[in-house]
Amino acid sequence: MSEFFAMGGYGFYVWWSYGVAAVAVIAEILAVRARSRRTVEEARLLQPEGFTAPATGGVR
Amino acid sequence: MNLFKYSSPATFYPLAGKMIPWFAIAAAILAAIGLYVGLIVAPTDAQQGEAYRIIFIHVPTAWMSMFIYVVMAFWSALALGFNTRLSAMMAQSLAPTGAIMTFVALWTGAFWGRPTWGTYWAWDARMTSELILLFLYFGIIALRNAIEDTRRADRACAVLTLVGVVNIPIIYFSVHWWNSLHQGATVSLTRAPKMASMMLTGMAIMALAAWFYTIAVSFARVRSIMIERERDAGWVAALPEVRHG
Repeated sequence: MSEFFAMGGYGFYVWWSYGVAAVAVIAEILAVRARSRRTVEEARLLQPEGFTAPATGGVR
Repeated sequence: MNLFKYSSPATFYPLAGKMIPWFAIAAAILAAIGLYVGLIVAPTDAQQGEAYRIIFIHVPTAWMSMFIYVVMAFWSALALGFNTRLSAMMAQSLAPTGAIMTFVALWTGAFWGRPTWGTYWAWDARMTSELILLFLYFGIIALRNAIEDTRRADRACAVLTLVGVVNIPIIYFSVHWWNSLHQGATVSLTRAPKMASMMLTGMAIMALAAWFYTIAVSFARVRSIMIERERDAGWVAALPEVRHG
């Protein structure tokens, strides 16, 4: 196992590459999720209290 | 089937919502297989030892960095030419993912260059043009944030994107046009590949994973963009997650 992580002496370069790529992907997914929650919540707050739009969906 | 039906945000929003989990699952499975093939199955490179394994991240992200830009330019041209709302939103949605792919391609390139060429960075044609691509993505995102009016921002970003597209062939052909530290194409349609088949397989699977990831994450982001832009529209009020009660 430690041989695997050593990557034949190139572990530093290999894992800094894979690590930063993983962090970038996870950070993007979390950012997109947070933005989605925020925009839906903001749209909810815009709706008048007690008003329920008809559930037609897709009709403008 | 009328494809134009899906070109309106009101119909594309729920469609994208249904497709995202499938693309995300496909991306996750492909990435798991690709990492297994790349890190465990693929043989050690005769010249570079294990350092070459950076290729499984570097090449797919570098491809995506260019491909996403071309797709953005396509949507930008549509948005400029036909004034279609969804195409401008798709262009906007792709920019951050393109920037991230470009950053990862540059980063992994540096960490691959150090053990193989002895340097993290050189002002070489391939690397410099890829760095310009990163600045183009940043510039497009910054331009959008700087313009209050959405329609004007769409047009300005579309023009900048289309001007910047000249950089893509420069990146692609840079290793042929200039004497470059960067190696030539590893995979070519006209020549037999210069690498072991398991290396190639791992790279192809990781590239597919990057494709599906990009589709999933840009669809998820474009859904937020649709709501941000059209929060007063009836279709937003009618969404199940937005309706009260």
